[in-house]
Amino acid sequence: MALLQISEPGQSAAPHQHKLAVGIDLGTTNSLVATVRSGLSSILVDEDGHNLLPSVVRYMPDGGIEVGYSAQAAQSQDPTNTVVSAKRFMGRGLKDIDVSQQPYHFIETKSASGEMLQIETRAGIKSPVEISAEILKTLKARAEKSLGGELVGAVITVPAYFDDAQRQATKDAARLAGLNVLRLLNEPTAAAVAYGLDNASEGIYVIYDLGGGTFDISILKLAKGVFEVLATNGDSALGGDDFDRRIFCWALDQRLAEQSKCTPLNAQDTRLLLTKAREAKEWLTDHASAQITSVLSTGELLNVTLSTKQFNELTQTLVTKTLAPTKKALRDAGLTIEDIKGVVMVGGATRMPQIRLSVADFFKQTPLTNLDPDKVVALGAAIQANTLAGNKGDNELLLLDVIPLSLGLETMGGLVEKIIPRNSTLPITRAQEFTTFKDGQTAMSIHVLQGERELVTDCRSLARFELRGIPPMVAGSARIRVTFTVDADGLLSVSAREVASNVEANIVVKPSYGLSEEQILNMLQSGFGAAESDKQARALAEAKVDAESLLAAIEIALEKDSDLLNAQEIQAIRGKMDALRANIHAGASHAIHEATEALNLATEEFAARRMDASVSHALAGKNLDEVNF
Amino acid sequence: MWMWREFHSVNLNYFQIFELETKFNVDLATLESNYRKIQSASHPDRFVTATSTEKLASMQTATLANEAYQTLKSPTLRAAYLLGLQGINAITETSTAMPVDFLMQQMEWREAVEDNATNLSGMHRLLRNIKQETITLQQALADELDAKQAWQAAAETLRKLQFMDKLREEIARKLEILED
Repeated sequence: MALLQISEPGQSAAPHQHKLAVGIDLGTTNSLVATVRSGLSSILVDEDGHNLLPSVVRYMPDGGIEVGYSAQAAQSQDPTNTVVSAKRFMGRGLKDIDVSQQPYHFIETKSASGEMLQIETRAGIKSPVEISAEILKTLKARAEKSLGGELVGAVITVPAYFDDAQRQATKDAARLAGLNVLRLLNEPTAAAVAYGLDNASEGIYVIYDLGGGTFDISILKLAKGVFEVLATNGDSALGGDDFDRRIFCWALDQRLAEQSKCTPLNAQDTRLLLTKAREAKEWLTDHASAQITSVLSTGELLNVTLSTKQFNELTQTLVTKTLAPTKKALRDAGLTIEDIKGVVMVGGATRMPQIRLSVADFFKQTPLTNLDPDKVVALGAAIQANTLAGNKGDNELLLLDVIPLSLGLETMGGLVEKIIPRNSTLPITRAQEFTTFKDGQTAMSIHVLQGERELVTDCRSLARFELRGIPPMVAGSARIRVTFTVDADGLLSVSAREVASNVEANIVVKPSYGLSEEQILNMLQSGFGAAESDKQARALAEAKVDAESLLAAIEIALEKDSDLLNAQEIQAIRGKMDALRANIHAGASHAIHEATEALNLATEEFAARRMDASVSHALAGKNLDEVNF
Repeated sequence: MWMWREFHSVNLNYFQIFELETKFNVDLATLESNYRKIQSASHPDRFVTATSTEKLASMQTATLANEAYQTLKSPTLRAAYLLGLQGINAITETSTAMPVDFLMQQMEWREAVEDNATNLSGMHRLLRNIKQETITLQQALADELDAKQAWQAAAETLRKLQFMDKLREEIARKLEILED
């Protein structure tokens, strides 16, 4: 059966086989996919030899979907059905976006999970998550065709300054595209991996990453294969797009100055002029002036010339805007510019000479531009994907990343109390205790926020939830311990427990701006157009794959570390393994799930002992010091 | 061979986790290198394709290593942790009377912050003074905790140090507003 050939991570039918894993840079303007082949990270090109895939999705009149260059070419003629820069809308509500300069019909849907921005197209209402999923699907298809097999998984990069809602939206998009996400990796960290490994660098480096729609600054300590992020900061709504928009507005002002009265631009002309503005910006990278000429749909001719000097003046405030986060990151890391060994430039927008000059001026050194700023993130992500998929030996490289924005809770008076401060190394867990303020109170509401400001209204609301089932007690005597965990993807989960009575209240936190689990399942199912019997067959196939991979992993663990268990313990685990095998044979997906869970539970102690042994071994040995680039 | 997880049940404190002596003056190079060794063995990136129980063990260990490392890396948190091991919770004992001269000094610091609130170079000068004062207090802590084991005196010094930390954070916040 074809479904059983899905190669899953951890499946060890052929343990030494090279696993197909890719790094994906899901950019605002362009996206890329890269992989490691014969030890070298390289970009996978399309049939026409293009490295980049423009992050543009067009919903066609015939019901089809175009992604990339063809969609980009049609953006001026079909602006409302051609979505560019969807990344700017990920995990966002309408109030976060300046809609006046966007050609789309925005819709805000209010569901149980909160408000979410969506775009009305001829193919129906589309969320930014679905639009991004189309880009990911195209890259997945490109990779599978080029590598000749199904992908084990992908590392997808996100701006370091993305908050929880934006990260979750990215992960949801990958899921819709049928990609197994090995890790969400911060873009500047990915760039540092590519740069550091390429240049065998040691010391403290700054990654200045100005993309199409986001700005990140990360400060990393590179030493012996460890990439430790000391601090990160940025602006998730600042990028090369904004420079285009400055030119666009300037051109409109020129037009207004020349004519006594002029009609406002329609969506088509807005898109046309924005494209011309982008071309002018790129032209000015190595020319002294750029001419913007376009014939508008009214027949009106717009013809203006922009000099480098004018361009620099128009965009000076944007350039300066990148320096405030840079100063914050330096201060958070407790460093001054004298401590910085090098500044690596990442993102297409760092090609602009005024950016390079201003960065050089700030850091008192020439920034490093020897890697292609468009490709370096994808190349780094591919290296990490290769490591995570298990293609390299252990200890090759270790990335220690941080949470970019503080997490907090709403307290009395609309204030935010910080629980996890920004720049804490991940993964991290923090617990906070609450009590009831009324006699017999059985529920309590909790509001989780992300951001640095003191007022609730100035931070991003991630989730509101109610803790129910608190045993009735005298006011102040219940002790409710709420635990916040941020995993290595930078994603938050929350659990709660009443300490005195030990009542557990598990909560799944979905950001207020995200898709609900139900919506995702619906999209997945409508995508497959699956009949009930197909769904069952798929569920069974997946349960079997999970069970087989667990059995294989435990066999390997027993082979290696059975000395950590006594005969009785080995027998207990063997018993659960036999039970699971019997269930796989019987072929009922529900029973397979249960037997898999039982086996997982039976091996908890074994897993903990193996971890102990592995840590002890690492401390005793010198394996990390032996790593060389 | 010690067992890592014994931390939870036996008495492995944060110092012992990193094979360090339990004292204020720690060897920061060993702390960092042992932290990295533990992370390289336990980080979730090493267990992406592992079973769910192994992932759980990895999360718990890596999280604990981060928590312990962040505590020991910061002189203030390290001193508070050492006093905690002695059963002294210096942070919540705010009712303890501070010496009058220090209270006076606090007021002077605060006034200086307010006076320089809109003055970048003044703020940076203040930061340098605070840094100097912080180093002096940390040296006093080393003496009180490691040499004299004078816990109550150390608790008082720690509270002074915490005040300096708060002051520094306040200045950082004001600088952010100035720079924005």
